[in-house]
Amino acid sequence: MDKKIKKATVFFAESVYITGFGSVVGKKEKDSWLGSWFDVAFDEDLWGEKSWEKCERKMFLRAVEVALAKAGITEKKADYLIGGDLLNQIISAGFSARELGIPFFGIYGACSSMAESMMLGAMLVDGGFANNVVCATSSHFATAERQFRSPLELGTPKTTTAQWTVVGAGASVLSKQGEPFYPKITYATTGRVLDFGIKDANNMGAAMAPAAAETIMLHLEETGRDISYYDKIVTGDLGKLGAGILFDLLNNEGIRACDNYFDCGIEIYKENNDMHCGGSGCGCGGSVLNGYFIKNMIEGTYKKILFVATGALLSPTSTGQGESIPAIAHAIAIETE
Amino acid sequence: MDIKKSINKKQYQKYVKEKMPKSKLLKECALAYFFGGIICMIGQGVYDLGNYFFNFSKDEASSFTAIVMIFLGSFLTGLGVYDIIGKHAGAGSIVPITGFANSIVSSAMDFKREGLVMGIGAKLFSVAGPVLVYGITSAVIVGVIYFFAK
Amino acid sequence: MDYLWSFIIGGAICTIGQVLLSKTNLNPGRILVLFVTGGVILGAVGVYKPIAELGKAGATVPLTGFGYALYQGAFEGVDKSGLLGAFTGPVSSTAGGIAGAVVFGYLIAVLFNPNTKK
Repeated sequence: MDKKIKKATVFFAESVYITGFGSVVGKKEKDSWLGSWFDVAFDEDLWGEKSWEKCERKMFLRAVEVALAKAGITEKKADYLIGGDLLNQIISAGFSARELGIPFFGIYGACSSMAESMMLGAMLVDGGFANNVVCATSSHFATAERQFRSPLELGTPKTTTAQWTVVGAGASVLSKQGEPFYPKITYATTGRVLDFGIKDANNMGAAMAPAAAETIMLHLEETGRDISYYDKIVTGDLGKLGAGILFDLLNNEGIRACDNYFDCGIEIYKENNDMHCGGSGCGCGGSVLNGYFIKNMIEGTYKKILFVATGALLSPTSTGQGESIPAIAHAIAIETE
Repeated sequence: MDIKKSINKKQYQKYVKEKMPKSKLLKECALAYFFGGIICMIGQGVYDLGNYFFNFSKDEASSFTAIVMIFLGSFLTGLGVYDIIGKHAGAGSIVPITGFANSIVSSAMDFKREGLVMGIGAKLFSVAGPVLVYGITSAVIVGVIYFFAK
Repeated sequence: MDYLWSFIIGGAICTIGQVLLSKTNLNPGRILVLFVTGGVILGAVGVYKPIAELGKAGATVPLTGFGYALYQGAFEGVDKSGLLGAFTGPVSSTAGGIAGAVVFGYLIAVLFNPNTKK
């Protein structure tokens, strides 16, 4: 089979195994129903560090360390590190790369970073350019609020569509060789940037839903699969409103998505009514994928998932200049034998 | 698959507007009224304290009230309490002068780790600055108009 | 009695702000600018005076009251010192509040640490 299928999807003919997976979360996330699935959790929002940015870096590093340990390799054996986060100049990823010493590709996909890094990592492994690639991402409520929204102690209420940035980091190790029980990345569909004119930076779900819809439909079209093929369609952080919009958009095309759907942002804060539309951030999808899904796939609970991470590519500057929010969605198919 | 062929921007925005969860205006206004009213009552108490207990003149008592309310807003922000009030009170905590203090302190606190000068010092007025700029400017303009109108 | 009126008027002014916050896409920063400027203008045209006399702290504690104080300073300044007074007046009359904001803002920020909302 050709590696490149039609327009946006690629098929990984060689095996790309997920042999390592690490997840680090904060207190709120640990307290959720997903809590026991995460590898590492910490209580107060600084984790003993002097600033939230330093804390996020610690999370990123730890997630990578856990993933490498599971894969049974050291940093020296990792060929590449592909990482990103939400902060200016992706300092969580960059400064962590400084500690790890792995040849580094820094990426920015906003909250789509986990899928984007894994997709690129899979291409490197499948293409014969690497034996082991580490893919990682992180997010932290305080660092994101500071950069994108308002000061932490500002007494203004959150809007009904607002989402809460997850304190989380996720890392995967992709390898050329692995035991058969490891999940494999089989297909990847790359999204394009779409902008439907949503200007409210507190309504990212609505901004990202069309991108998710298009990428999912493209993926199904190009692989010839039906949506029911997958045990779960997992989105990163569309949130309650975004998910509802996604269902409507897919329904318009005759695709029924609600039966096997899972949004990491909705699920991670399910019991918490204060969270309005749910969780967001690259660490949301990143930690849930590497904590909950990969482990469940090894155990056999799920055999085929489509992981669709969406990102809102705005900045405070673009919002300040009255621009609307462009969004992107990347999808990777993860399957066990 | 080109989603732009299935739905255009305008249709989408209209659809989103309808689908968005509506805020409960009545409840929010009631809470804003209540909390705003309480804060003003506290202000009245401070004014009376200045007027009757400290024997300030009317002007002095007004300045005293502003200073004390600003202190209260700042202190509650430092304690981490003001944002909890604000979550429920909405405009009831934003509009009073305590909200002005809250915006100053919260902004400065966030940038503590960038130092006393470029962190706290520079960020003190990043949210509250426009209030001073537009307030003072409009007052000066109004004063100038008054001068020429006299 | 003063207390009742400050509750009534103060609450009402805040509620106007709430309607703007909920129904328009104005953010808090813009609403505050609207209020302070509104206080200046309403004071200048004489509308705010009766509200202030009735509502007492209910009219001076909200940010419109700050605007009102700025306007009063401007007019008194002009009466006293002519055109120069338009510049010296507003800031003089609100000096206490501004100095308090700077000093307390700074001190509290130095002494306390921000927390992620619980």
